[in-house]
Amino acid sequence: MSKSPNLSTGKVEGIISNLVIVRFEGPVAQNEVCFIQHGGSALMAEVIKVQNGLAFVQVFESTRGLKIGADVRFNGHMLEATLGPGILSRNYDGLMHDLDTMDGVFLQRGQYTSALDLDKQWDFKPLAREGASVTAGDWLGEVQENAVQHRIMVPFRMADKYTLKSLAKAGAYRVNDTIAVLVDAGGRETAVSMVQKWPIKQAIRAYREKPRPFRLLETGVRTMDTLNPIVEGGTGFIPGPFGSGKTVMQHAISRQAEANVVVVAACGERANEVVELFTEFPELEDPWTGRKLMERTVIIANTSNMPVAAREASVYTAMTISEYYRSMGLKVLMLADSTSRWAQALREMSNRLEELPGPDAFPMDLSAIISNFYARAGIVYLNNGETGSITFIGTVSPAGGNLKEPVTESTRKAARCFYALSQQRADSKRYPAIDPIDSYSKYLEYPELQRALNEQIAPDWVDKVNHLKNILIRGKEAAEQINILGDDGVSVDYHLTYWRSEICDAVILQQDAFDQVDSRTPIKRQKYMLYKVLDICETAFDFETYEEVNPYFKRIINQLRQMNYSEFESDKFREFEAGLEDIISERKAG
Amino acid sequence: METQAFQRIYTRIEQLTKATCTLNASGVGYEELALVHGRLAQVVKIMGKEVTLQVFAGTEGIPTNAEVAFFGKPPTLKVSEALAGRFFNAYGLPIDGGPEVEGEEREVGGPSVNPVRREQPSELITTGIAGIDLNNTLVTGQKIPFFADPDQPFNQVMAMVALRGQADKIILGGMGLTNDDYLFFKQVFENAGALHRIISFVNTTENPPVERLLVPDMALTAAEYFAVDKQEKVLVLLTDMTLYADALSIVSNRMDQIPSKDSMPGSLYSDLARLYEKAVQFDHGGSITIIAVTTLSGGDITHAIPDNTGYITEGQLFLRRDTDIGKVIVDPFRSLSRLKQLVIGKKTRADHPQVMNAAVRLYADAANARTKLENGFDLTDYDERTLEFAREYSGRLLAIDVNIDTEEMLNVAWELFSKYFSREEVAIRKDFVDQYWVE
Repeated sequence: MSKSPNLSTGKVEGIISNLVIVRFEGPVAQNEVCFIQHGGSALMAEVIKVQNGLAFVQVFESTRGLKIGADVRFNGHMLEATLGPGILSRNYDGLMHDLDTMDGVFLQRGQYTSALDLDKQWDFKPLAREGASVTAGDWLGEVQENAVQHRIMVPFRMADKYTLKSLAKAGAYRVNDTIAVLVDAGGRETAVSMVQKWPIKQAIRAYREKPRPFRLLETGVRTMDTLNPIVEGGTGFIPGPFGSGKTVMQHAISRQAEANVVVVAACGERANEVVELFTEFPELEDPWTGRKLMERTVIIANTSNMPVAAREASVYTAMTISEYYRSMGLKVLMLADSTSRWAQALREMSNRLEELPGPDAFPMDLSAIISNFYARAGIVYLNNGETGSITFIGTVSPAGGNLKEPVTESTRKAARCFYALSQQRADSKRYPAIDPIDSYSKYLEYPELQRALNEQIAPDWVDKVNHLKNILIRGKEAAEQINILGDDGVSVDYHLTYWRSEICDAVILQQDAFDQVDSRTPIKRQKYMLYKVLDICETAFDFETYEEVNPYFKRIINQLRQMNYSEFESDKFREFEAGLEDIISERKAG
Repeated sequence: METQAFQRIYTRIEQLTKATCTLNASGVGYEELALVHGRLAQVVKIMGKEVTLQVFAGTEGIPTNAEVAFFGKPPTLKVSEALAGRFFNAYGLPIDGGPEVEGEEREVGGPSVNPVRREQPSELITTGIAGIDLNNTLVTGQKIPFFADPDQPFNQVMAMVALRGQADKIILGGMGLTNDDYLFFKQVFENAGALHRIISFVNTTENPPVERLLVPDMALTAAEYFAVDKQEKVLVLLTDMTLYADALSIVSNRMDQIPSKDSMPGSLYSDLARLYEKAVQFDHGGSITIIAVTTLSGGDITHAIPDNTGYITEGQLFLRRDTDIGKVIVDPFRSLSRLKQLVIGKKTRADHPQVMNAAVRLYADAANARTKLENGFDLTDYDERTLEFAREYSGRLLAIDVNIDTEEMLNVAWELFSKYFSREEVAIRKDFVDQYWVE
């Protein structure tokens, strides 16, 4: 916070919950941050409307005890993220204050901690050459942050052309030390350190080009990778009623996905779920590097009992951090749980501002806000030709489990992958409860991704996946027929069609997120099991009556499941596989 | 509550609605308490000189020249060991004829626990009820409601869980409790000899509805005192949260707020989360566990109150009358304890998760068989066996009158598996089947 005398000031004129009305002197900008003096502390707030010489500000804290006439100081900036080395492994609140360095058991009002460790020495290595022409996002040097090369860049706000006048030599520096001096066309010099600030509600666009995504992002979750893959730089969303497994699903993805950096925004959800991450991530291993998961993770925790206004900010803070790491040429995965809580925060404020409501009392521009946000994800070619990506997956908590409500509808327009969690599947404990038929990945239609998948996995992979989808759809139709006509009212073929889809469901789609082995399936193993299952589906069997079908297929499923629970290609795995072959030969036709 | 010296007193009310009054006053703090015509009220809006107060007991009979005295502080509760064994109203005043409690005065509805200071819940709460311990295991630091229709015995089950749950303190927050239910709780706790570890804050149906809004904050402030300061295991019972939410909607309606789904205020989620998230586990062993009741209308969980609750709480327990056995059971399909994964198979026997899932899956098969039967189709031999299994499973494990330990629950489940099914049909990991199958 700068103490410049030119900044505007004001006095509190009205209070309605966390909406405070301020009479101000001097200029005030929309979204400018201000601090309301209360007792010994200053409460942070953001301007959301200006009318008749009054600024309406949303306060990121409880306003209990606040009085009319309290002093307000504007700080001349929008809400900003502090970007620099040392963000990884940290736990922040929605406004990027470090939760671990706060005092006491309870969150105290007006306690704002630094996002970065200002005293830590970083081992800096220069990458650019003095005299070079540089612009926003260009890499000047790097430091080692956990497993990643943390690039020190020309600050994103410096979008013009500059000449690099001087660059620090390799050595130990603190984040605020000057590491470079840049000169603009007019000869003005700017000193650059390892820290920069960026307004969180604006996208960072310091890259050359944003192509269509073209590479698979492996998550180890079979129903995603095999059936409806998400891609590097892709967007997806997971709507589902409570109890259908949204959070378990997101946690599995955050543990297993093939990403350099994972940013988790716990937005208005349960505190115990965040505690689970705090507890497990420092212990669990990143399957890709063998280091601890926490080393690649940043957690933005604004749980449901933390101030509502900061909940809205939390997703933007997370996205800005993601964009920062993407600019270093890294694969970033960002998860937000749940974007509905963010939308509700917008609704609460819109309501207090007495704006005309849209559907379900949400603000009219909800759809535009959600689209703009999802658009910040994507794969990019940086100025130096390297690629970086943000893959974004948000969960949605539809009111009453109704997928026609405004947040789900708006998100469906913005996200390219749709993972619909079904209450029915959850009730019958078929986890993950992603409906295989309603869900989709638009990326699977991209020729560039199809080519990449066929190259990476197998030449006929995409065909096989489509074949799997057909089996599932036919199985569903057969099940409906059997339900209407009765077990003996249809031919044995219907039962066979149904049970083929049951094998695919039980072995490919269902996955035990709590089992050491089954929870993460590498793509090589997914391929093996898919081909195995499709082979069985193409095998002709001899049955006299429909009553023989059910118990026989149950044995096959049981055997395949035991395989899923065993280490891939281990002796046990082979043993179950041999048992499976025996069962198959019992009834193989011909 | 009496007026005290040095209070600012006003005698001119500008505006009155059923639940609020507005007057011109200065130097008033947001959420400050005041006494309006002898009734407790709280500041909910300040616009320049205009101060709007929510009058908890309603505004019936308040004249425009009523005396309004501001207290200069938000609602508070005096906390000390002396709270134990006492009964209070929504304002924290004794209703048991005893003296006022002396102790440190604390603001109710205080700040949230820093999430990094929380500990992951890992301590099992056993209740002896298999529908809970086996299928929906509870953990200290959890928050979970009963979703029940008004005619179901949720208060009885809740009292049973509270008494068997090994808590140091049980805090009852009663909102819109009927006088009969209030006396029921009092008597059950008394009979169990547990009165000395019970604290009650009660608003009965005889009291004004808006008063209820204070009850959970009072109960949870007392809970935080025992869990944080005294490092005790505290169990908070909140019944009925639907009536609490109704009171919220009354107030927001009076304040001309735009209602969202089901006439509930748009902030319902945050309002409920603020309370439920007080459930917490600390590293020193102190904890707050919240068991609540949300009554449903005709079993509809898509209504805004149960729906928002479900997104906040760590699961929900459904009660249902099973006509096959003529008893109330804990419904295994719709009930869920989200935190059970933290303890089952770890604090309980290793086969627990798989046994639980297999039993529910077979029970689901029985439900399908029943549908077939109702539609007039023939049943297969497997269908017949699932129905037999379901009847015995329901009677011996799901019924709420069961009281056995978890080990025995698992043994009963294996006995039933072996009795009705083949090993393949049960589809549990082979090593467990080899160990526990009853030949």
